Amino acid sequence: MTILFGVPLSVLLGQLLLGLINGAFYALLSLGLAIIFGLLRIINFAHGALYMLGAFVTLLSLQYLGVNYWFALFLAPLTVGLIGMLIEKYLLRRITGEDHLYGLLLTFGLALIIEGLFVKLFGVSGSSYPMPDALKGGFNLGFMFLPKYRAWVIVAALIVCFVTWYMIERTRLGSYLRAGTENPKLMQAFGINVPLLITLTYGYGAALAAFAGVLAAPIYPVSPGMGANLLIVVFAVVVIGGMGSIMGAIVTGLLMGLIEGLTKVFYPEAANTVVFLVMVLVLLVRPAGLFGKET
Amino acid sequence: MNASNREQLVVEDLHAYYGQSHILHGVNMVVRRGELVTLLGRNGAGRSTTLRAIMNMVGKRSGSIMINGTETMTIPAHHIPRLGVGFCPEERGIFASLNVEENLLLPPTVRSGGMNLDELYEMFPNLYERRFSQGTRLSGGEQQMLALARILRTGANLLLLDEITEGLAPVIVQKLAEVLIKLKEKGLTIVLVEQNFRFAAPLADRHYLMEHGKIIDEISAAELPSKQEYLSKNLGV
Repeated sequence: MTILFGVPLSVLLGQLLLGLINGAFYALLSLGLAIIFGLLRIINFAHGALYMLGAFVTLLSLQYLGVNYWFALFLAPLTVGLIGMLIEKYLLRRITGEDHLYGLLLTFGLALIIEGLFVKLFGVSGSSYPMPDALKGGFNLGFMFLPKYRAWVIVAALIVCFVTWYMIERTRLGSYLRAGTENPKLMQAFGINVPLLITLTYGYGAALAAFAGVLAAPIYPVSPGMGANLLIVVFAVVVIGGMGSIMGAIVTGLLMGLIEGLTKVFYPEAANTVVFLVMVLVLLVRPAGLFGKET
Repeated sequence: MNASNREQLVVEDLHAYYGQSHILHGVNMVVRRGELVTLLGRNGAGRSTTLRAIMNMVGKRSGSIMINGTETMTIPAHHIPRLGVGFCPEERGIFASLNVEENLLLPPTVRSGGMNLDELYEMFPNLYERRFSQGTRLSGGEQQMLALARILRTGANLLLLDEITEGLAPVIVQKLAEVLIKLKEKGLTIVLVEQNFRFAAPLADRHYLMEHGKIIDEISAAELPSKQEYLSKNLGV
């Protein structure tokens, strides 16, 4: 058995893989947060609840409508995206231009209401969602066993992150989004429907959270608290990457997952806090974050 | 062409506010097709606010603003440019996250007949050379050219230009004057807010003089020589 830094290679790679999977979730969720913060300047505390809603739409659509996993990959983001658009249009729009604190409190309250409602309806214990047949089993790589579903999560998250990055950085719609982030009033003076752009952006951010929720359903218990547990780490990831930075959110998400994985191997006691330690270090050295622009 | 067809912009009793501050106190002005009209006045007279109020970029407004025969007080801000209006703000509004060409292509086409990229690059060769540079890395003059070129691509036939010569070298100011003459020859209507009276005087058909958020006088190009002293006194030049 190959030993690396005193640790069997299969153990090290296994933890790195787990870290990469966590990182894929961090990347998807922090990407949505970054997009929303970029245009709306709102610290979206409801993001964890939207992730949870994605997982529940997946679970309930199977239980009550017989909708399979592959269809849920589209249905859940679409449903939660629409819910997000309604939240933006009827709640967040009312506090446009107000201090960040109002958005934070509003979305935090919203998250508490949504989670409380789901606790009332489904209880606190999680439900399991069956693994899709096509993704059962795994590949024996010789030095480690790679479960198919975990590989799928990483590939699917990377594809969605890349498509989102491409859309924002390389298309006309993306240039509207980037310009709208800088000067929404001038964008309106050019004839761009900025309120609609903002609604669609929040909807897309919510859909990204829901997509992560669908990916999570077969491997994590689907419970009302699943988003709240993850959200604090995801916020730390966004801060490390740089608030509003798209590339920062993706790269830092994956990187933090890997660092967490490595910490589990070499110093397990610090595994749950390492992301926050990195955040403190980054804030000390580069307050705008690794990919953020210094102002 | 009857009188109403010739009037491209009609502003009547326009009041505008920033928060609790009452900035415009009943502005009245008419701009006809193909005219170049300036808004002159000291700092704080309300010239830039007039343009921003026309674009619905201020807080509360009242009165009437007709553009190409359409009342714009009741329509959403993003519908106003679609009536054929191009706005060039005082701060230029170049987007730092976009390169020069992305900045140029950003505003949607509002009418046919706009200039294409080749024509714009021919008019402003510096922009072609720096088309892949970040917009805010350009010099002040280049940024101003970009801000102007950006609205010429849209096909807008009513241009609202706010202090386009501010802080620019004389050679750039001269270049901008040549561009405005070309645009006027093409039949575009231009409302120019300008501090640089020497720049504005030979270009304009008429001048509106503003003070304390009101138009206090209207001076035609023909009257200008006889009113130099009066203008100097009112503009503080």
